[in-house]
Order: sequence, then structure tokens, then C-alpha cells
Amino acid sequence: MAAPKKGRSASAQSKPGRSLALILIAIVGLTGGMFASGHTTPRLGIDLAGGTSITLEAKADQGSAINKANMDTAVDIMNRRVNGLGVSEAEVQTQGSRNIIVNIPKGTNSEEARAQVGTTAKLYFRPVLATEPTGAAANPSPSASPSGSGSPSPSASATSGDKASSPSSGSSGSPSASSTPSASATSQGRAVTDALKADASPSASPSASSSAGAATSQAKLQAQYAALDCSKKSARTTAGDGAKPSDPTVGCGENKGVWYKYLLGPAAVDGTEVKKARAVYDTQNAAGWQVTMDFNGKGAKKFADITGKLAQNQSPQNEFGIVLDGEVVSSPYVSQAITGGQAQISGSFSQEEAQSLANMLSYGALPLSFEEQSVTTVTAALGGEQLHAGLLAGAIGLALVIIYLVAYYRGLSLIAIASLLVSAALTYVIMSLLGPTIGFALNLPAVCGAIVAIGITADSFIVFFERIRDEIREGRSLRPAVERAWPRARRTILVSDFVSFLAAAVLFIVTVGKVQGFAFTLGLTTVLDVVVVFFFTKPLMTLAARRPFFANGHKWSGLDPKSLGAKPPLRRTRRPAGPVSGPVDPKEA
Amino acid sequence: MSKLGNLGARLHRGEISYDFIGHRKIWYGISILITITAILGLAVRGLNMGIDFQGGAVFTTPATSVSVSQAEEYAKDASGHDAVVQKLGDNKLRIQIAGMDTQQSDKIKAELAQDFKVDKESIAADLVGPSWGDQIANKAWQGLAIFMILVVIYLAIAFEWRMAVAALVALIHDITITTGIYALVGFEVTPGTVIGLLTILGYSLYDTVVVFDSLKEQTKDITKQTKVTYSEVANRSINGTLVRSINTTVVALLPVAGLLFIGGGFLGAGTLNDISLSLFVGLAAGAYSSIFIATPLVADLKEREPQIKALRKRVLAKRAQAASEEELVEARTGGAGEAEDATPAVVGPRHQPAARGRGRGRPSGKRR
Repeated sequence: MAAPKKGRSASAQSKPGRSLALILIAIVGLTGGMFASGHTTPRLGIDLAGGTSITLEAKADQGSAINKANMDTAVDIMNRRVNGLGVSEAEVQTQGSRNIIVNIPKGTNSEEARAQVGTTAKLYFRPVLATEPTGAAANPSPSASPSGSGSPSPSASATSGDKASSPSSGSSGSPSASSTPSASATSQGRAVTDALKADASPSASPSASSSAGAATSQAKLQAQYAALDCSKKSARTTAGDGAKPSDPTVGCGENKGVWYKYLLGPAAVDGTEVKKARAVYDTQNAAGWQVTMDFNGKGAKKFADITGKLAQNQSPQNEFGIVLDGEVVSSPYVSQAITGGQAQISGSFSQEEAQSLANMLSYGALPLSFEEQSVTTVTAALGGEQLHAGLLAGAIGLALVIIYLVAYYRGLSLIAIASLLVSAALTYVIMSLLGPTIGFALNLPAVCGAIVAIGITADSFIVFFERIRDEIREGRSLRPAVERAWPRARRTILVSDFVSFLAAAVLFIVTVGKVQGFAFTLGLTTVLDVVVVFFFTKPLMTLAARRPFFANGHKWSGLDPKSLGAKPPLRRTRRPAGPVSGPVDPKEA
Repeated sequence: MSKLGNLGARLHRGEISYDFIGHRKIWYGISILITITAILGLAVRGLNMGIDFQGGAVFTTPATSVSVSQAEEYAKDASGHDAVVQKLGDNKLRIQIAGMDTQQSDKIKAELAQDFKVDKESIAADLVGPSWGDQIANKAWQGLAIFMILVVIYLAIAFEWRMAVAALVALIHDITITTGIYALVGFEVTPGTVIGLLTILGYSLYDTVVVFDSLKEQTKDITKQTKVTYSEVANRSINGTLVRSINTTVVALLPVAGLLFIGGGFLGAGTLNDISLSLFVGLAAGAYSSIFIATPLVADLKEREPQIKALRKRVLAKRAQAASEEELVEARTGGAGEAEDATPAVVGPRHQPAARGRGRGRPSGKRR
């Protein structure tokens, strides 16, 4: 769309238009922000810009078969993970019977996306039966008193007392369990991908599925626990592999560079019982990025039960391990039952890690484990020359629109075109800014949608102009005509834009994928339409009405009472030609 | 252009007006005809769903120097379908073709191998599932249903239920025609098409609401006078907003027409066709239906309301009286009740002054 220039509006920047100044400041501010952020163009979708294509292969896993139903579920979940808001234009599809292709547009953080699609994200809350540090790490102090007293927060907080760590500041005020920074977020026992290796996470590594786990007898598990050396990567990644949620198991977790091994009880709460998770920055305890989870009713009850039980135990058995894909992500201790239906996972998360973990927990675990097969770049699905042809055609169409407006509205078209430019500038800048913030990517349908939006935006001016002209035909002079036309035009604009906005809002909330992306674009352009008409077109029109050119109804102003036919019922005598000479005085109609 | 400006003035004064309401049966007939054609097209030819909806075959060639557009041609020749060709990082080509089964894909693989002059075995072929899966489609339907219900409720509150019904009929009319054209033309349905249809949905309602808004304003105090019937006011309202409708439609259609005819036609940007066609047809249908279908439908529904019926009787009686006073010879032509349909047709020239008189007679303060 048009370049983000606010050139024309400068001329209108005179006295009364406070709202005019406001919108100009907004444009300048947003444009400044855009340049400051360094993202001066909107991100383009994979159809326009190409991107990265990841092929994942399902791995035979205990418990779940590689069948169509599971593959489809996996596609669905991956789609939501990489395209949570529906605006990022990522595509997920099955290939053959056991592969999934994920296409993500250029400019997306592909590392993050790869981690997101590949991670199984099976999450369990398991009571800790025993734990100790392993490996030759620098003498950790395993005593690690439960630090940070259980705070006097109203709804119980489980302050972490992770072994070895320096006492974390007690959590306070938050109605949830908080734990010390313990392990890294992205980790995996089974669904390991190479992607994670490249990730910032210190723990990632590929795994081979091992025969470990599934030990039924307590003794065997004990032996396994005793033998487990979590300082070894291979041991870490296979620890607890294949264990059923209902069985006790072993696991590894890292805290401050030291690996601990855990003997864990059967899963008390399941990740599927997480209703919603989100990443929050903990300012109170300076614990950095955390993931807070809301359980559903069943999960909340189970969580309250298990924390109530654990609270009566001695350390370390008052801890529960938050086990994600086999790794103990954190193991906060509990001082009293947590009934709020909320829990937090803290760890040394970066913002991205916390967000992607929250994302994964919100959308659920994959039914299968996947291994990354290949990662390759792909070019745009639409050839470059086609895109250029399309843009050229669109530009020609726009030029025709401008010619039409000028021919029909004469001087008034300046206001219409200025408003269109402001609208285009705002759309462009906001879309550019939304790229890095919410991953918004512009695909071809969205571009076409924006072109249709031109029509809807222009309609607001046209409704307004026609009202003004009607008032002039009634015999009013311009200034009162503008003021009288506005309330009526405003109502029409609001009522009709509300319908568009309703469509956008409903579709955005209910749908997923590309439809959601469309809804977002529609909502954005609708809101901008209202903003531009209210804060730009109307004030500009008011200002213009003061200028003699418009107020006196110059022939080229588009508001000439004569050519508008403001003259009363001399009906049959009118000549078809527009500019007729004659007295101007508008008659009372 | 000043002619059009002039037209605006004359429409405003009611010197010229087209009797949309009076001729509604013609337009209903035309719309029904088009809609039936569209439905037949859908039923007989069906929609040609793209790879995003039904899956298809994907071929990965070895590193090659064949260009993307060349490969598109090869693939189209081999399969008869439009193909999506992407260049992969290592100069390999990925070719996706919709709606293939294993047998077809084997055949195409062999042909592609010939075209590319490579060994058949070096081309990897696989079937791909839809990226626009059932999940997305189901949610979209769900969203649409919820939206329709909400919008009917909203229109029923903001306007009245008759307008809500009429707007819904117009909307279904537009969507049916657009999808029907798709079936008839045989373009592949892509996610772009669906997005285009959704855009139409928004636009169609938007346009109808703009027209209804003016209708509502003009018929506010309709029962308090005896000069015009509801249908006549509705007709005047359409004519009053006609210039706005024409201008808006032109402004909305020009860029899309640019995409469709110049971009798709002359410049050969074939993939733009699918979306711009749905937009073009839909926008045109949307503008048409607001005027020719939705508003007459409201008038039809309204005229069944007892109050409005009574008004119509009063108006006609008064006119008959006036007529008989003027020309004693021509007493009454046919029963007043039967002449209903004919009456509006005459409205333009004859009764317009009366209508104007009403507008003028009202103190301006009433208008807010």
C-alpha cells in the first residue's frame, strides 16, 4: 500500500483540529516506533516471501500408534502452537502416513518454531520421593533448607526449597505455587529434536529410546534411581523413558548448573488438566520469566489434594516435580494445600522459552513423538513476477479510484485522498509493528482484503460527502451543512462498521488458522476506518469548510451549490451541463 | 462526471427516480434465476478444491536448473492441474499438485522425470494431507453460525427484525452467487478464495446496513402522515442513497477489477485470479442485492404490518379522493386495493411533489 507519508496532512495542521493534531502525532509516533524497531516492512507470509520448511517424522512410541487420527491431532496442535493467534501464516500438513511438514514464513524465529512443533510437551506433576545431586559438580549443599518462608499470602504459596540453591526469596502475595529457578524449560525425554540443541536451552539433546523405565517392582526402580547419573547426557535423556503416568519413575533436573536425580511418584496432575497457561514476568520475587497455569476444575481439585498431602511430609517429600517430557523442570516444595487452581513453573527461562512453554501447555501435548527429519528453506509459493504483476494491477486500480474521486468530487477529493493516505499509512505502520510483536504476517489474501478495505474506508467519506451535499441542496451554506451532515453520517458509519467489527471479533475468537488471521485484518482495518473518519476526515472537513474555496462553493470545490442543484424546483429548465452561470443565493428549501 | 453530479441533484429532488420497489418482481426473478444457476453449477460441477483442502501429491526433484515457472508448466502438462512450485534451499524443487492418488502420482512422477531429464527414482513423491484441515473448516463454520445469529440479533435491535431477515437473505444471495460462479468457472478453491468469501460477507452486510440506515431514518414517522406509503418512502430512500451506492461500488470494485482483469488477464498473474474473482463477483453482488433485493424485501415485509397496511389504505383513499375531485370523469381506475402494485410505478412524476412537500413541511429541527 501507499508509502507511510503524512505529507498531505501537514497542510491541514492549523488551528482547531486538536484531533487532527492527535492523529498526526499518533502517525508520527507509530512511524518513529516502526523505524526505531527496525521493522520497516510488514512481515510477509510464506506465499509471498517463502520461508523455512521443517519435516518431522513420527516415532513409534509406547502407548500411541501412528495412525491418521493421531497424526491429525498432532497437526492441529502444532498448528496452534506455531500459529496461536492465526496471524503468523504458518502452515502445517501431513505428508505421507508418518510425516508432518511445517512451513513457517521468513522472518519468524525458526529456532523457536522448531522447538515448538517438535516438543511433545507431556507435563506431569509428580510427588518427589527422593532426590540428590549427581555427578561431579561443585559440591552442592544438598541440605538446602527450605528457604524463603512460606509467605503469609492468603491463598498459600509453595515456596521453593530446591536443594542446593541459595534460598530463593519467598514468594509472596501470589496465590500460587512458586518455585525457585531450577531447570531449563525446553527439555525432553522422548520427543527430542535436534532443534533443541540449537536452542538456548542448556539441556537439549537427542535421545534414543531406551529400555529404561516400565520397571514395575519397587526394587528395580530403586536400583534404577541409584544407578542414574544425571550428569551424563545420555542418561538424562533416557531417564524415565516409557514410564506410564501411573507408575513411579525417575528423572533428572537441573538447578544452577547442577543436575539432580529424582525418584518420582505416580503423576498426580496431568498437563491435559491445564486449562490455560501464560508467560508472566515475575517482578515481585525477581524470579524472571515464569509460566503460570490455570487448571480446569478436575485439575484444580487434584492439585489441591496432592499439595495438601505433600505439605504434611518432610523434605524432600514435600516437593512435587514438574516433569515436562521426562525432565524435572522444577520442583517447588509445598507448605500448605494450594486451592486456587493455579500453579507456576519457574526456571531460568528466557522470555521466549517461557512463552513457548506456556503456548505448548495451553494447546496440549502431542499424541506422538516426533523427530526432525529435515529443515530447508523454500521460496515463495507465488512467483515473484506474479506478485509484481498483482501489485502493479492493484496500483492501476488505485489510480483509477483517485481519478474517479477527483472527477466526481473535485476539491473534496483532496480530503478523501488525504484520508485514504492517512488510513494507508496507519495500516502499513501498524502491520509492520505487529510483525515482531505478535508475529503478524501478511499473505496474499490479506493484501487483497486490504484493497477491499479501501472501498469500505472510502465509503465512510462518500457517505459523509453525500450527506453534506444533500444539506447544501437543502439550501444551507457549507459550514452548517458540514455540522448537520456529520451526526447523521456518523451514525451510519458506526452502525455499519459495527457489523464488520462484529464479524471480525466473532471469527477471531471462534476460529483458528487463516480464518482467524483474516478476522484480525478485518478488525484492524475497521477500527482504523472509524479512527480516520473521526479524527481526520471530519476535522479536516471542518477546517476546509472555513476556506473560501470550499465555503463559497468554487466550481472546482465539489460543493458548488449550483452544480449540486441547490436551486429550487425549476425542474424542467435545467440543462444537463454542470457549471451554469446565475445567481448563487441558495434558496430555502 | 458533472452529469452524475447532476443526477445526484435530480435524484435528491426526486425529479428522476427509478422505481425499485415497483419493479421488484423483475429483480427478484432475475436474482432467483441467477441463484438457481449458481446452485445448479454447484450441484453439477461442484467446487474444485485446492491442495490446501483436499491434500494431494508432493514431488521433490533433485537439484535442478529448471526454473520455477518452467516447472509449473511441466507439472500442469503432466497433471492437468495448477501446481504450486517452490524452490528449496538446495536448488531442489518441491511441486505440489492437488487431488492426486497414488496411481496418478506415479504417472505424473514418470512424466516429470522425463521433463526434468532425471531418473524416475530420484524424484521423491509423497501424498500430503490438507493444511486447511477439517479442524479449521469446522471452526470457521462454527464462527460463521455464531456471527449470523449475533448479527441478526443486532440488526433486529438496531433496526428491526424485518431488516435483519432481509439483510440475511441478501447475504445468502451474495454468497451463493459467488460460490456458484466458482463452480461454473472451475477455478481452484484456495484459502484465498475462502478469505475472499468472508470479505464479501462483511462487505455485503456493511453495504446493506448503510442503505437500511437511510431507510430507517426516512421512515421514522411514517404513520403520522397520509401522503406516502411505506414502499414509496423506501423507494425514495434507495434513490437518495443511489449516488453513494454507485460511488462506493465503483471505488471498491476498481482496484479489484484491476487485480482481476489487468493483473490476472494481461499480466498473467494467474494465482491472483482466484481471490480477485471471488471479490469482484461478491462485491458486485453485494452492492446489487442491497438495493434490488434487501430493501424491496423489507418493503414487502413491512406492507404486511397492520399499521403500514392501514397507512397504505389511507394514502390511497386520499389520492383517490383527490383524483376524483380533480377529474370527475375518471373516477377510480380499478379497485384501490388491487392497484397496489401499479401505484408505486406511477409515483415518480406524479406524486413526487407531494412527497417533497412533506420533506419541506417538516421543520428542520426534527431532523436532529
